[in-house]
Amino acid sequence: MIRVVLPHHLRTLARVDGEVALEVSGPVTVRSILDVLEARYPMLRGTIRDHVTGARRPFLRFFACNEDWSHESPEVPLPDAIASGAEPLVVIGAIAGG
Amino acid sequence: MTGVRVLVGTRKGAFVLTSDGKRQTWEVSGPHFAGWEVFHVKGSPADPNRLFASQTSAWFGQIIQRSDDGGRTWHQPGTPPGEATTTPDGFPKGESNKFVYDTSRETGKPLTTHQWYDGTPHAWEFKRVWHIEPSLTDADTAYAGVEDAALFRSTDGGKSWDELAGLRGHGSGPQWMPGAGGMGLHTILLDPEDPRRMFVAISAAGVFRTDDGGSTWKPANRGLRSQYIPDPAAEVGHCVHRIAMHRSRPQVLFMQKHWDVMRSDDAGESWREVSGNLPSDFGFVVDVHAHEPETVYVVPIKSDSEHFPPEGKLRVYRSRTGGNEWEPLTAGLPQRDCYVNVLRDAMAVDALDPCGVYFGTTGGQVYASADAGDRWTPIVRDLPAVLSVEVQSLP
Repeated sequence: MIRVVLPHHLRTLARVDGEVALEVSGPVTVRSILDVLEARYPMLRGTIRDHVTGARRPFLRFFACNEDWSHESPEVPLPDAIASGAEPLVVIGAIAGG
Repeated sequence: MTGVRVLVGTRKGAFVLTSDGKRQTWEVSGPHFAGWEVFHVKGSPADPNRLFASQTSAWFGQIIQRSDDGGRTWHQPGTPPGEATTTPDGFPKGESNKFVYDTSRETGKPLTTHQWYDGTPHAWEFKRVWHIEPSLTDADTAYAGVEDAALFRSTDGGKSWDELAGLRGHGSGPQWMPGAGGMGLHTILLDPEDPRRMFVAISAAGVFRTDDGGSTWKPANRGLRSQYIPDPAAEVGHCVHRIAMHRSRPQVLFMQKHWDVMRSDDAGESWREVSGNLPSDFGFVVDVHAHEPETVYVVPIKSDSEHFPPEGKLRVYRSRTGGNEWEPLTAGLPQRDCYVNVLRDAMAVDALDPCGVYFGTTGGQVYASADAGDRWTPIVRDLPAVLSVEVQSLP
């Protein structure tokens, strides 16, 4: 199972506590994980990436195994530790605001 | 009438304030959607238990929330978690936060550009929903005014939204320019006597009217003068902050413009100034008494550079003559050291007798008057900055 850590406000929208576990078939990439995440939690559509273009929202970043994957192509396979579930894909919101 | 429900949007969530017809004691529920900006919450005139809320965030974008039980519980219209995201026919179910400008050949308009602050062309980009206006007659139909300025409509209870592209595309769109707070479509007035007529107002473009249900639009700004634009009497470009009408007389409109309080007696064909003896004719809100079409309320703000009440005194001004002659209403409002603002969507009136008047401040107070403005009391004092106030009169 793939593990995903969502920021607080998205966990509230999806009505989940803690990490989300997902079954992803095929290559494990940011795009394939988000496709499954949005299919299971359709209320998250548009909150992480744009409805139409699929572009990551500018105040969000993706981390895997302590590495920033925000600027990689969403088609690039993620590390084995993500695919095996040993490590989570982390969606992080920018620290800003008040 | 058995009571009222005041719907408050703030910088950090929504609050629902309820009271009986006396409007003396209040129950406060919230924050709903804690930590999110809630630009607007409004109930359906066709079904008072149906509420729509615009929940928004720079991080996560736009969310539409709906309640079918008067604000006790909320959900995002559309697909519940765990259910298929497509219909049996393979069509996607509703995506209630999907606001995409219509550029289709059949129904849409080319996206073109609008003007940026410096006059250069700038691509149209959806940012948030500023205002939701439910239909007067159908609980499943609602209109959404958005930034960058456009008008959307849902006919399925908020599950999906389609642009009424004739507004953005009617011709003057490339000349529209944002105000300091963004280029938002913030006011939607539905004509109770003519379901095909509505008015919208945009900062800083002006007022527009449709007479065919939203297909075609025309500017309705004749008589406005704005010294801060190259042609003070231009057809568009005026920073209209708010317009209001009385339901019994929809051809009469009142406007709080950036500067100037204005009145139209011909459904926006022409405007004349009615600022009269106001201490400042800058401000954001304007509203009309529920039972007296010539009784109007504004909250003067010192200037476009100093967004707080003149002299540090929070005063609502009431005209009983449709403008020009204004009286300050101060009982119960702070008359020293008050430097809050009252934003454009943050005043409302109820339908009880005597008429109740409500407004919220950037300091987090929501003030109520149960006697048409003669005396005021704070329902709450310490909410986050108030963005919007609406009220429902409950049967």
